[in-house]
Amino acid sequence: MSAPLLKVENLDVFYGSIHALKGVSFEVNQGEVVSLIGANGAGKTTTLRAISGIVPCNGQLHFKDQNLKTVSTFRRVGLGIAQSPEGRGVFPQMSVLENLEMGAYSRNDAAGIKKDLEMCLELFPRMKERLAQMAGTLSGGEQQMLAISRALMAKPQLLLLDEPSLGLAPLIVAQIFDIVKKLNQEGMTILLVEQNARMALKISHRAYVLECGRMIMQDTAQNLLNNDVVRKSYLGV
Amino acid sequence: MQDFVQHLINGVSLGSIYALIALGYTMVYGILKMINFAHSDVYMVGAFAAYYFARWIGIENDPGLSTLLTLIVVSMICCSLLGLVIERLAYRPLRNSPKLNVLITAIGVSLFLEYSGQVVFGADPKVFPEVMKDFVIFSIGNVEVRSFDVTVLVVGLLAMLALQFLLFKTKIGRAMRAVSANPMVASLMGVNPDRIIAFTFVVGSSLAGVGSVLVGMKYPKIDPLMGMMIGLKAFVAAVLGGIGNVGGAVLGAMIMGLSEEMVVAYLSSTYRDALAFGILIVILIFKPAGLLGKYSVEKV
Ligand SMILES: Nc1ncnc2c1ncn2[C@@H]1O[C@H](COP(=O)(O)OP(=O)(O)O)[C@@H](O)[C@H]1O
Ligand SMILES: [Mg+2]
Repeated sequence: MSAPLLKVENLDVFYGSIHALKGVSFEVNQGEVVSLIGANGAGKTTTLRAISGIVPCNGQLHFKDQNLKTVSTFRRVGLGIAQSPEGRGVFPQMSVLENLEMGAYSRNDAAGIKKDLEMCLELFPRMKERLAQMAGTLSGGEQQMLAISRALMAKPQLLLLDEPSLGLAPLIVAQIFDIVKKLNQEGMTILLVEQNARMALKISHRAYVLECGRMIMQDTAQNLLNNDVVRKSYLGV
Repeated sequence: MQDFVQHLINGVSLGSIYALIALGYTMVYGILKMINFAHSDVYMVGAFAAYYFARWIGIENDPGLSTLLTLIVVSMICCSLLGLVIERLAYRPLRNSPKLNVLITAIGVSLFLEYSGQVVFGADPKVFPEVMKDFVIFSIGNVEVRSFDVTVLVVGLLAMLALQFLLFKTKIGRAMRAVSANPMVASLMGVNPDRIIAFTFVVGSSLAGVGSVLVGMKYPKIDPLMGMMIGLKAFVAAVLGGIGNVGGAVLGAMIMGLSEEMVVAYLSSTYRDALAFGILIVILIFKPAGLLGKYSVEKV
């Protein structure tokens, strides 16, 4: 078996005196959807931040066998890691099109950018009608779709999604998860962070469970869906 | 009526100068959420750079378009370099410090430049080179359209259009707006915020450089404290328009320029400078976000 696309070992993150991640290790293989599930405050967002380089961390981070810690935040995008952040983070005073163009900031291949723009608009037809609209005036679901397409515009090899279901109506959540699944079927490797464990496990190959900054469980998504502890604590059964 | 039109022309001309300087305050505020008090002193250094350069190559008595353009370019370059150095040495090390520390540092840089200016350039005023002849281009009745006012208007307008183009039609302009909206998310897109911030200082400072030559042309007496009053007025203009808002800075500057001209014309020149403070107090009481300033409509 080839080396994992992303390998995280003994990750430690501190916010001042708060020890948010305590020796977290996991890996994501090419072509997988891997979920990180856990309650609010477990450290899921912090894990993604460390991978993208927004927070400093201790431990090992390897992407495609390259040591990520020697790569600054803004170069990691060009390397192939794009993130749709928690709370979407669209640029409210910019049009939908400008947001998408920002997603492609690290690229210089005009033809490829144009192609990916068309691909995104096909994936999210709602964006197409709203290209000129200010992103701040979109609904929550539309903003989430924009945030995901914006990350796709970087043409990543690893897509990090932070709680794409947060605060959205069930119908929209189902749509978004369908699209995540479709992206993966077309070859995208995805690291998905979710509190909505049921939805996440349904479209994942494998998953890890985070609790208070520690990785307490890992298994295939199928096994976790049937695991008693997971069912009780995270699936509410 | 004719008098009024004349004052209108003068007011808009003055407003364009305020706008060039106000833009620097507002852009830096937009991206760093700090008031760069040293901005008006960068402007002062720009005027002196043009003054010494003109003497050095011997064009101080050679009015004309080429002198104007040469001095504008020289002042823009010196101001951007100075802005870049200030950002790098004084502000960047404080990127994650409390706002108050940054504010005090900005005041410190401002005082440093003002008093170093007095040491280096001397405290007494110097006569700015004759950049252009002031003549009446045409007149209708008593209304005179003079070459200075036309130059100020045209140059100011060109600079503002260039800025508009930069901000809204180029990739780096888009990145500037992105960093100003959310630096963390912008860096997730591959933007290096430090670079964009430095570039913002370059752009803002070079606009001040343009302003310094135009002011030198119109009021040809320069001294190391010349930035204080005009800087204050430009700052008020930026706050009036809604600090952080580029269109607002231009609008605020026009209102400042016009009202100052009208106050002097119809009330008394005693109130010229009091007006700026008056406007500042009124905005802070009634519309602290400024005319075009609004809180963003981000949905969560
Ligand atoms: N910017 C921050 N400053 C201080 N503490 C933080 C910050 N961000 C997160 N934390 C803390 O770190 C822990 C993990 O947070 P987070 O990664 O956001 O969890 P999750 O995404 O799983 O809800 C929490 O205890 C949270 O309070
Ligand atoms: Mg989170």
